[in-house]
Amino acid sequence: MGRVGIIGVGQSAFVRSYPGSIRELVFEGFQEAMSDAKITAADMDATVVCSAPEYDKQRSPAGVIAEYLGLNPQPTFYAETLCSSSSTGLKLAYSLVQSGLHDSVMVLGFQIMSQLSSEESQERMGRGADIQWESPFGTMMPAYYAMHAQAHMAAYGTTLEDLALIRVKAATYGQLNEKAVYRKPVALEQFTDSENIFSQPVATPLRTGDCCANADGSSCIIVASEEKAKALGCDPVWILGLGAASAPVNMAGRERLTGLNVAEKAAEQAYRMAGITAKDVDVAEVHDCFTIAELMAYENLGFAAPGEGRDLIRSKETYKEGSIPVNVDGGLLSKGHPIGATGGSQIRTIVLQLRGEAGDIQVKDPTIGLVHNIGGVGLYGNVTILGRD
Amino acid sequence: MAKKELDTRFSRFGTVSFAAVTQVNDFIDHLDQGKLMGTRCKDCGRHYFPPRAHCAASLSGDMEWFEVKGSGKLMGFSTLKYAPTGFKDDLPYTIATVDYGDYRVFGRIDPGLAPEELSVGMAMKAVADKTRNGQLTYVFRKA
Ligand SMILES: [Zn+2]
Repeated sequence: MGRVGIIGVGQSAFVRSYPGSIRELVFEGFQEAMSDAKITAADMDATVVCSAPEYDKQRSPAGVIAEYLGLNPQPTFYAETLCSSSSTGLKLAYSLVQSGLHDSVMVLGFQIMSQLSSEESQERMGRGADIQWESPFGTMMPAYYAMHAQAHMAAYGTTLEDLALIRVKAATYGQLNEKAVYRKPVALEQFTDSENIFSQPVATPLRTGDCCANADGSSCIIVASEEKAKALGCDPVWILGLGAASAPVNMAGRERLTGLNVAEKAAEQAYRMAGITAKDVDVAEVHDCFTIAELMAYENLGFAAPGEGRDLIRSKETYKEGSIPVNVDGGLLSKGHPIGATGGSQIRTIVLQLRGEAGDIQVKDPTIGLVHNIGGVGLYGNVTILGRD
Repeated sequence: MAKKELDTRFSRFGTVSFAAVTQVNDFIDHLDQGKLMGTRCKDCGRHYFPPRAHCAASLSGDMEWFEVKGSGKLMGFSTLKYAPTGFKDDLPYTIATVDYGDYRVFGRIDPGLAPEELSVGMAMKAVADKTRNGQLTYVFRKA
């Protein structure tokens, strides 16, 4: 099998409310990735468009977006795994190129969430769970992750302060990311000051400070075969490993709440395909939609043993200078979480890190990077491993 | 010709129901009679909660009802301070998963039970109940 690499990455700024339509928002990530790869629309053989449905009114967005970006008459289609849609898109792009069907494929992720009220978007997210058996109880994303937090705290003695430390780290780097929604510093005291918004409970034990914000945003990743990349004069970051898994939608189907099986399964596959172990990862982006999600990711990816995730954050090993830097772009907690665009943004961060182009947040000389992107509450798990020559 | 009427019993489930028609609609009648029921595959004996009309492992639709009885262990819980559209009047409420061994049940804690009294691992039992808006549901109480 030949190698498949990423030759261009881009994302829009992630914002609370984008003043435009989905096609205009997608253009922003597209523009950055095309300028990054220094190619033209005619160089692209196909596009995969990724988002979670029902946040905007457009049905079958792939057609509208391909037209707006000048990508007709090349084939385009839609891919969806909720919050991990664009990681799924990357897996499809890899497969299309590796199969020889196409030489280059673009993965476009987007979401406009601001056109719904916060209650409406919680309702949409809740309906990403089991609408027959769970949604009638009034479920929402923070509450599901809160159940995991409660179980993790009971099993291992993880504390609310451990969770807060993850947000403090996120804010340390979010301040440096001009594409992030939340750019203010965060202090541990904000979680204990009852007057502070960060300490307000959302779904116990999770507080406002434990949750990422909804956002509008787009991302674009350009994938090509080794030969095509060479012909285009690009220097790719290689896709070394891809893992993906699914789990029962209903919480009643889950054997445990202290971790996500899909993340463990996806990581196993990705490590095996790349021929590496967790110890070989130099920099990682994990799906920190909530602080507890990052803590569980440390354990599910093998950066820490089960129950020992808290030691990594307490000792600052996941900071930029630590043994395994995680989410040094601020993570979803700082950037915001425009569902369909999120995976693409994580991939972009790791590509920039591996090229040594990450600026203020550059980790020292990484050769292998990892992206952990979860759809729903541990419903879809995706782990991608990237490397440079 | 008169249009055949759809069996929409399932729309009576939960504060807001998002599904009306299902082949396990008898669940609603059992709940109405005070019984929380799951299904068991007659071929392989697997217990299913929530109930299913089919067993994928046996490629069979030959199922029978069983009652969720006895007690299970509380796996995790969370009290919501915000609610999605349609659930605001229920606030605050606590969702939970209870492990019965052969199967697990997801639902809400009885509003009469204070969240401070809950801890992971404690014994709970599910009982049929009504929501504030008169819909059918079930809640977890201390076993
Ligand atoms: Zn069976």
